[in-house]
Amino acid sequence: MPQNQTHGADQPDIAGPTPKSQRTKMVKSSDDNENKILAKKLKDSEICVPIVYGNIAFWLGKKASEYQSHKWTVYVRSSTNEDLGVVIKRAVFQLHSSFNNPMRVVEGPPFELSESGWGEFEIVITLHFHGDVTEKPLHLYHRLKLYPEEESGSLSMKKPVVVESYDEIVLSEPSEGFLARVQNHPAIIMPRLPSSFALPPVPMEDINSGKRGDTKNHPLSQWFTNFSEADELLKLAAARQQVQAHIARLRRQLSLLDGQQQLKSASDM
Amino acid sequence: MDAKDILGLPKNALPIQEKKSKPPKETQRKPDGISREVYALTGGLAPLMPSVDVNQLKRKAQSENEKITWQWLPFTNSARKDNLQLYHWVRVVNGVPSTGDYSFAKYNKSVDVIKYTDEEYEKYLVDPAWTKEETDRLFDLCERFDLRFVVIADRFPSSKTVEELKNRFYSVSRAILIARAPSPGDVIVHPLVKEPYNVSQEIERKRALSMVLSHTKQQERRDVEVLAEAKRISEARKAAKAAEEPELPVMADTGHDVTDRAAVAAAAADSISPTPSTQFPSATTANPVSETASVVASLRMLQVYLRSYALEQMVQAASSSAGLRTIKRVEQTLQDLGVNLKPKVPTRAVCAEHLELRKEILTLLSLQKQLQYKEAEGSSYRDGSYAETPGTPPPKRLQRAADLDRTFTPDSLSFGGERVGKRDQKRKGPGRSEAPSSPAQSKRPRKYKASE
Repeated sequence: MPQNQTHGADQPDIAGPTPKSQRTKMVKSSDDNENKILAKKLKDSEICVPIVYGNIAFWLGKKASEYQSHKWTVYVRSSTNEDLGVVIKRAVFQLHSSFNNPMRVVEGPPFELSESGWGEFEIVITLHFHGDVTEKPLHLYHRLKLYPEEESGSLSMKKPVVVESYDEIVLSEPSEGFLARVQNHPAIIMPRLPSSFALPPVPMEDINSGKRGDTKNHPLSQWFTNFSEADELLKLAAARQQVQAHIARLRRQLSLLDGQQQLKSASDM
Repeated sequence: MDAKDILGLPKNALPIQEKKSKPPKETQRKPDGISREVYALTGGLAPLMPSVDVNQLKRKAQSENEKITWQWLPFTNSARKDNLQLYHWVRVVNGVPSTGDYSFAKYNKSVDVIKYTDEEYEKYLVDPAWTKEETDRLFDLCERFDLRFVVIADRFPSSKTVEELKNRFYSVSRAILIARAPSPGDVIVHPLVKEPYNVSQEIERKRALSMVLSHTKQQERRDVEVLAEAKRISEARKAAKAAEEPELPVMADTGHDVTDRAAVAAAAADSISPTPSTQFPSATTANPVSETASVVASLRMLQVYLRSYALEQMVQAASSSAGLRTIKRVEQTLQDLGVNLKPKVPTRAVCAEHLELRKEILTLLSLQKQLQYKEAEGSSYRDGSYAETPGTPPPKRLQRAADLDRTFTPDSLSFGGERVGKRDQKRKGPGRSEAPSSPAQSKRPRKYKASE
């Protein structure tokens, strides 16, 4: 598959604009050039951001009233508890209409929302990404769970109800600017880049300055689920082996039958 | 009485009182307009609401203006050629019987059958397969029986099929029309000239119709399934084509044609069911490549998506050629193998493995089907001894499917025999039904004998 290389010395007229715009662009050609390079998309590759989203709900016990029986937090975090702010600009949590201001906007990491209530409903989480990532938002759907599965389970104030779902945000054909910005970030799984490929260097931001966006030391982090693909992979591999064995056996039987029928029809004639 | 004394109840006090009060109540309420018995039908109480709107009832008063009598009068029927006079009751209003023709005379319609002269016959209508007498006879019958060709075919002296008679009649009429027309332009609008009777087409059409009519339920279901899949495939192709990049359409096109032809040919095939199954494996090999490619293209269009969503789309694309039953079986197999229907940790590797597993299960199921069909064929040749059935799950379904399959081969064979027989001989009246209903093999020899 053809890969796009960075062209350092390319002229601005790659895309073939009309002469008039070319003339006006000549002035800021160097800036435009850079932007164009950064905006260029890496074809046939994808960036993957593994996330976990869900909710944790605590029963309020003695302090519980009829309308505020649980205190819950719905969130989107990186599966390895890294900082998602590098990809996500803001998250919008659409709550049930009975809440005040049901559309809650969270402007930076950690992307979470805490509330108290009594009912379970579907929350639509809309993720808006930074400009160099993509213009399109992504929707996640999560059903808020407050009550434990087993009906007989006693409500405990200490142990919360935790429901988390693992998924991966896939960004296809990411722009080179974005790639450059996040190339070494732990929250991102980078695509395999061709060896001759060189990303333009971008000044790394000082990590320690400002608020930390990762959830490693989150107060609720003790309840986070650790998702590992190893388990699932093992099961899938075992299943595939079984199925392949069956297939081989059936194929043998079929060819056997074919041979028998051919013999039979030959002897009939 | 003594018992009441013992119990201490008052003698006859209350019951008599109640009885006395009841009858007066009922007689008091009986209205004057209707008789007592009729009123009792309503349960002895007046209805709360009148059930019939009084305004809707026909008013007798209207008919009191006119005097209506009924008289036994003679009448004639203009549709009759003789002057038979019959009698019937006539409603007479104020002494004036109603005028006009017998009311049923207008229904005596007949067809205009063309009459040709002998010269016209010599000039335009000579045909090697038909003598003049036969043609004359045909036209005479047509007029007598109002173009009811089934009856005409029955009465025709020499044996000719309905289509042949129709063909002769219509071509003669057409030739006469054209010959008699002052100019071609006048007659070109006539339906007979515009669309002449096409014998071969008619024969083919009737054959196809009788075939469709005699489809068994399974065949119908299969056809519907295949057509639905073909539709789904072609729609998926169209959607993919709209969103695709230039590199891919070539593959998609060829895949489209193959699957369309395969799907529709399988749907339209009147022969044995194994053909769909043998065509499907070849179709599905062309399928997955272009299907997943089109899904990949559409995902790329989205720019950002969830891996679980991507997996769903790929799974749908891979199972687009499978019916609902097959998809359910795939899911059942996955559950039996202890695999989640939707992976809990959908990473890239897990999703890829999951997809591959599903595809392999589809292959497995189609192989199982093939094996069943092969066995069914084998058993019909060898009369009884079935080959070993594979022990893969689920055994009940296998047997049931095998039973269904066995019913196909005897059906089609006997049907073929019937058809051949029918062409040769002339059918007299309704006769026996063509549809092979029973799958039992014992009926086959009987059917062949009967058709000779």
